Amino acid sequence: MTEIIVVTSGKGGVGKTTTSASLATGLAQRNHKVAVIDFDIGLRNLDLIMGCERRVVYDFINVIHKEATLKQALIRDKRLDSLYILAASQTRDKEALTQDGVEQVLDELRQDEFDYVICDSPAGIERGAHLAMYFADRAVVVVNPEVSSVRDSDRILGLLSSKTRHGERGDGGVPAHVVVTRYHPEKVAEGDMLSLEDIEEILGLSILGVIPEHDSVLTSSNQGIPVIHNPDSHAGLAYEDLVARLFGEDRPMRFLDVPRKSLLKRVFGG
Amino acid sequence: MGLLDFLRAKPRNSASVAKDRLRIIVAQERNGRGGPDYLPLLRSELLTVIMKYTKVDIEAVHIELDHEGGQDVLELSVTLPEHSPPAR
Ligand SMILES: Nc1ncnc2c1ncn2[C@@H]1O[C@H](COP(=O)(O)OP(=O)(O)OP(=O)(O)O)[C@@H](O)[C@H]1O
Ligand SMILES: [Mg+2]
Repeated sequence: MTEIIVVTSGKGGVGKTTTSASLATGLAQRNHKVAVIDFDIGLRNLDLIMGCERRVVYDFINVIHKEATLKQALIRDKRLDSLYILAASQTRDKEALTQDGVEQVLDELRQDEFDYVICDSPAGIERGAHLAMYFADRAVVVVNPEVSSVRDSDRILGLLSSKTRHGERGDGGVPAHVVVTRYHPEKVAEGDMLSLEDIEEILGLSILGVIPEHDSVLTSSNQGIPVIHNPDSHAGLAYEDLVARLFGEDRPMRFLDVPRKSLLKRVFGG
Repeated sequence: MGLLDFLRAKPRNSASVAKDRLRIIVAQERNGRGGPDYLPLLRSELLTVIMKYTKVDIEAVHIELDHEGGQDVLELSVTLPEHSPPAR
């Protein structure tokens, strides 16, 4: 059985692509066969975060237009054999992404016995975002602890329950997990950032994972290595916890407290 | 920079890795812009053919459109591996 998971948010720049890359990697590290698809037509970026930008020969739209087979377009990850990337097209023509086309690609991935397909949604609620969520079996809604992001994610939760195939079938829509990213414990402690409890209360959903704001996310994207590969990164470890929780493992939330600088660090810096 | 950072000798800072990656990909993408519409597909098909006959790493293939004296020149360079056996 193939499970289609959309990573979405409404608001831009909150960490969807970062999350998609680490989620897909984390699932593949557990030996599942995973495809991660960039739905951001015209603004391809997942390839850079996955570090395969120079290996893109064909893209999603080429497959939909039958200019290439899906097999030709899927890029195998350099590090994990069971992980594949389907790049977005650079075309300006957003109409190129069609519902039938998306459905055909997803059906073929089902036939090829992929365990998971991760759909990295573009920002907004237009065509790309709509099609990224339409066929999903599950959603990961990425939220930053910040007013506009929380409002937008509530909007997205509404769309997931109505404007999706599950929603249209009337079976309650796409079940959603909330993931809070770019969380600053210091700012929350100072009262300048929404807390997890605040977000849970407003959205009426419990939070599956919290990814702290961390410099390692930047260095990972510089290198084109999803941050979950970095065992020294709090963000990477938090993504690893999140993947474990998807499989029902009980992992307490961590990195939520203000880090205290050790004496050694205070003396030597760092 | 603290002493610890210094001791934790990083092989190469990630910003310079980012810069190198970007330089290549941005040049490749700029190069295609304003070129003929068939260029992206031509590039894809050329790469497919090259991979069919050789085992080169796709990152060792450079396809560029050059403008020389009012003419467009399509340049293709492939760095073959030392003993490059046929793919099949
Ligand atoms: N936990 C984090 N800590 C620090 N920086 C982060 C974190 N998560 C994401 N970022 C940074 O935030 C920026 C946006 O991230 P990303 O591209 O994943 O967002 P996005 O939601 O996919 O954006 P878009 O809406 O444009 O597709 C990037 O510069 C990324 O490095
Ligand atoms: Mg993105």
